[in-house]
Amino acid sequence: MIDPALPPHMRPDNSFQGLILALHAFWADKGCVVLQPYDMEVGAGTFHPATTLRALGPLPWKAAYVQPSRRPKDGRYGKNPNRLQHYYQYQVILKPSPADLQDLYLASLSAIGIDLNLHDVRFVEDDWESPTLGAWGLGWECWCDGMEVSQFTYFQQVAGFECAPVAGELTYGLERLAMYVQGVENVYDLNFNGREGDEKVTYGDVFLQAEEEYSRHNFEHADTDMLFEQFRMAESAAAKYLEAGWEDGTKARHLMAQPAYDQCIKASHVFNLLDARGVISVTERQSYILRVRELAKACGAAWLATAAGGTPAP
Amino acid sequence: MPDLLLELFCEEIPARMQAGAAESLRKLVTDALVERGLVYEGAKAFVTPRRLALAVHGLPAQQPDTHEERKGPRVGAPQGAIDGFLKAAGLASIDQARIESDPRKGEFYVAHLHKHGRATPEVIAEIIPQVIRAFPWPKSMRWGKGSSSPTTLRWVRPLQSILCTFGPETEEPEVVAFEVDGIRSGDVTRGHRFLSEGTIRVRRLEDWMAKLEAAFVVVDRERRKDIILNDAKDLALAQGLELVEDAGLLEEISGLVEWPVVLMGSFDPAFLDVPDEVIRATIRINQKCFVLRDPTTGRLANKFVLVSNLAASDGGTAIIAGNERVIRARLSDAKFFWETDQKTNATVPLAERLEKFGNVTFHEKLGSQLERIRRIAALAKALAPVVGADPDLTEQAALYAKSDLRTEVVGEFPEVQGLMGRYYARLEGLPEEIAAAAEEHYKPQGPTDIVPTAPVSIAVALADKLDTLVGFWAIDEKPTGSKDPYALRRAALGVIRIMLENEVRGRLIIPVARTIGMHLAGKRFNQLAQADQKISELEQINFDPEKIRELRDVIADNVQPSSALDFIDMSKDLAFAIGSDLLAFFAGRLKVSLREAGARHDLVDAVFALPGQDDLLLVVKRVEALGRFLATEDGKNLLAGSKRAANILRIEEKKDGVAYEGGVDVVLLHEPEERALADAIAALGPQIEQALAREDFEAAMALLAGLRAPVDAFFEKVTVNAEDPVLRVNRLRLLADIRAATRSIADFDRIEG
Repeated sequence: MIDPALPPHMRPDNSFQGLILALHAFWADKGCVVLQPYDMEVGAGTFHPATTLRALGPLPWKAAYVQPSRRPKDGRYGKNPNRLQHYYQYQVILKPSPADLQDLYLASLSAIGIDLNLHDVRFVEDDWESPTLGAWGLGWECWCDGMEVSQFTYFQQVAGFECAPVAGELTYGLERLAMYVQGVENVYDLNFNGREGDEKVTYGDVFLQAEEEYSRHNFEHADTDMLFEQFRMAESAAAKYLEAGWEDGTKARHLMAQPAYDQCIKASHVFNLLDARGVISVTERQSYILRVRELAKACGAAWLATAAGGTPAP
Repeated sequence: MPDLLLELFCEEIPARMQAGAAESLRKLVTDALVERGLVYEGAKAFVTPRRLALAVHGLPAQQPDTHEERKGPRVGAPQGAIDGFLKAAGLASIDQARIESDPRKGEFYVAHLHKHGRATPEVIAEIIPQVIRAFPWPKSMRWGKGSSSPTTLRWVRPLQSILCTFGPETEEPEVVAFEVDGIRSGDVTRGHRFLSEGTIRVRRLEDWMAKLEAAFVVVDRERRKDIILNDAKDLALAQGLELVEDAGLLEEISGLVEWPVVLMGSFDPAFLDVPDEVIRATIRINQKCFVLRDPTTGRLANKFVLVSNLAASDGGTAIIAGNERVIRARLSDAKFFWETDQKTNATVPLAERLEKFGNVTFHEKLGSQLERIRRIAALAKALAPVVGADPDLTEQAALYAKSDLRTEVVGEFPEVQGLMGRYYARLEGLPEEIAAAAEEHYKPQGPTDIVPTAPVSIAVALADKLDTLVGFWAIDEKPTGSKDPYALRRAALGVIRIMLENEVRGRLIIPVARTIGMHLAGKRFNQLAQADQKISELEQINFDPEKIRELRDVIADNVQPSSALDFIDMSKDLAFAIGSDLLAFFAGRLKVSLREAGARHDLVDAVFALPGQDDLLLVVKRVEALGRFLATEDGKNLLAGSKRAANILRIEEKKDGVAYEGGVDVVLLHEPEERALADAIAALGPQIEQALAREDFEAAMALLAGLRAPVDAFFEKVTVNAEDPVLRVNRLRLLADIRAATRSIADFDRIEG
């Protein structure tokens, strides 16, 4: 149920930001730390260290945040009503996965205005795998009246390490959900601020120009020489930080897992841009993915040797 | 007699795993019961997205008592032996054993062990946790707080509760108490996720089914399927439409709902410009909905049937509207792709589109799609005269056949590959043969799929499959056991069916060798060093040396001149190794398919044992004729006679250390029966050869039947192992002539009976 005390412009079914605020309120109430987006370009909310790294190690963790996600290949110059090269994911990570995670998820749908007595919500098998992160899990895509609105995953492995304990991850496609609850057909028509008349700001007002510009950039102009160089730099910097981070040269404690992981994120995004520019062949593609995965694995190993990764300071 | 009810309640089980899981649960539990002496009257498993259940009917209340006698050491044996016996038999002192005596062994101890059968619930409480922990899910997972422990339970998705009751119909059943990973068994379950609230207490099967039905759960999968199918048909009928039935989809949907509610939605008729198959693929794969046909036009209607899991409070209006929105978005994508493809095809010439396949890798070790398409086109052109197709048209068809792989529609819906090629070829105004081949060259896709019959399609289909087979053979990616990721068995069976059903004649090795040559010329695989090893492996697997020599020549002739002149001898050996191994694979596949069609496996073996049997149609005809011949009196007797000849020869050849072969000296033929036999062989041999050259197997076998009387008479009257060694050898040579005569038809040694 949508909070009846909300003024119309704050309601999740009237306003894109209202939807985000409703999810924040819901998950904050369930004990999550509500974080801000990670300040780097990523392809999905999972890349945020609050998920990738925090999913590793024995310590409990509950977090929720919005993550702007960039998929350079999905750009359509602002012409497609559903596809974007930049969009928002709402990410929730709960470690260990609580026994009532499905019920919590369903309650969150109610909170943003999806009436479970009117809509057909289903959990349809979808096993999740991220080759670049060396991660996989089992779960579902969650359907509402035939539309996939979320991804629900029990992480089994991240960065090549078993998750112990297992974390539950929920990823909401915010634009799709908003289109659904607002009843609009085109993402650019979404009401962003919930106001009407002159005060109304749409998703298109905020992002259409960006979609056009970035599509041009991603497909036609992104400087591939620079990008190849950036990939190499990020890869070697990550290796440098990983090496330098081991305390006393022993492999017991690591002091720079997060800066190293930033370079892994960087390499991954640069790879996505190169891929969108079509300059990576099929065989090379596989080897780039492997190189990022090796970085992710090494960062995971480093993270496990930190306090937040479960190795307390001596 | 008491009944058992077990329900494992968990988060949503993937639809594709449900039927298998129900069967596994039934088998694992009932096998374990029987193994422990608990015989039951009946068992039935149930599965829904959220529960896996089993009812076992008519179990005894306890295991039968058992009595076992265990023999011990003799009386007065050393103490160590006695102690060992006491320990093994579980006795406290030797007084508990009886002393029995035997006239030979004297007196010895015997332990009489009575074991009372345990109560059935106790046994069940032991079995079920074991079954749960070792359950064969295709994929399983850990979850929650306990997931760090190495002994944590793995299940397909988190297991939430277990219901397990046992008891006779007339009494209140008891809860079979056990615990698995912190979950205690009980007698409660839950109903539908949204339509029911709270827990439900259950006693036994009837009760469980009735209460769950009242809580909006249809536990029986088959009933859910019936409901969906019948309601869908009724809805269609009410609109004057027909449901396009889809058994696979029905299976899947029945695993996605506990309470099926069938609803109908519609979409803008403008989308019907898109081919029916694409609409169907969009709606089926992405939305798991059925499509409907208009019987007056035979085309799809602008309606679809969806199956929801909810009896919604508004009667389904919101659900229909939601599904319509998604389908509208999907169809507008499909329409956009369809229109884009047509624009591309109209503006970019085929040759230019083809070049783009140069950037698409078919397989890392087998080069690009473009190289593959060119090989297929060359092979199809070469095969064209064999199947009565126009070579140039066939080549064009093969060059066109894969072009739809780069279209937007096929990129989005791979399952309409081929079909789109057909549509686009027509729109481009290409000849109908090319359009048909684009679709039909993928066929047959399985044992029930149809086989192409148009000559151009046959040639392209054969070339496509042979190129795949040869390529993967060359890089040593052959199917092993249950692993066949490139569907090579299917490809080989496809070649066999196309050739047999269209009566395509010709030796298979020739196109195979040609393809090997093209692959070699493409220098795609460099395992030359392994060629020697491969050949020696082949020689070990019971390959007739003569057959090897013959094959080697045919392959060398066919590989070399076309494309691989500059290759060193070793590449010929490699070509030979690949070709003959692939041929053996074909023989194996043909054997399987002939056996499935009811042919005797020994007859198939007997024909394959002859050299050069790679004209599939001839092999089959020969097997058929042989079967008919052996069913006759003459056939049976001749088989017996020739087997006898072969047996004697085997023994004597071993003794003498030589192989006898022809060279009978007529002067040494003393007995009239041996002369008659020699004459008959001399007279019939050339006639049989002529008949075989005409491929008239019936005639050849009828002639062979003429040997029956002389062979029978010979064995009746003539002693092969004569005292005179010269006579003996001459008679053995005569036997060798019998063997040679029958071997022109089949290797009679391999025939049973």
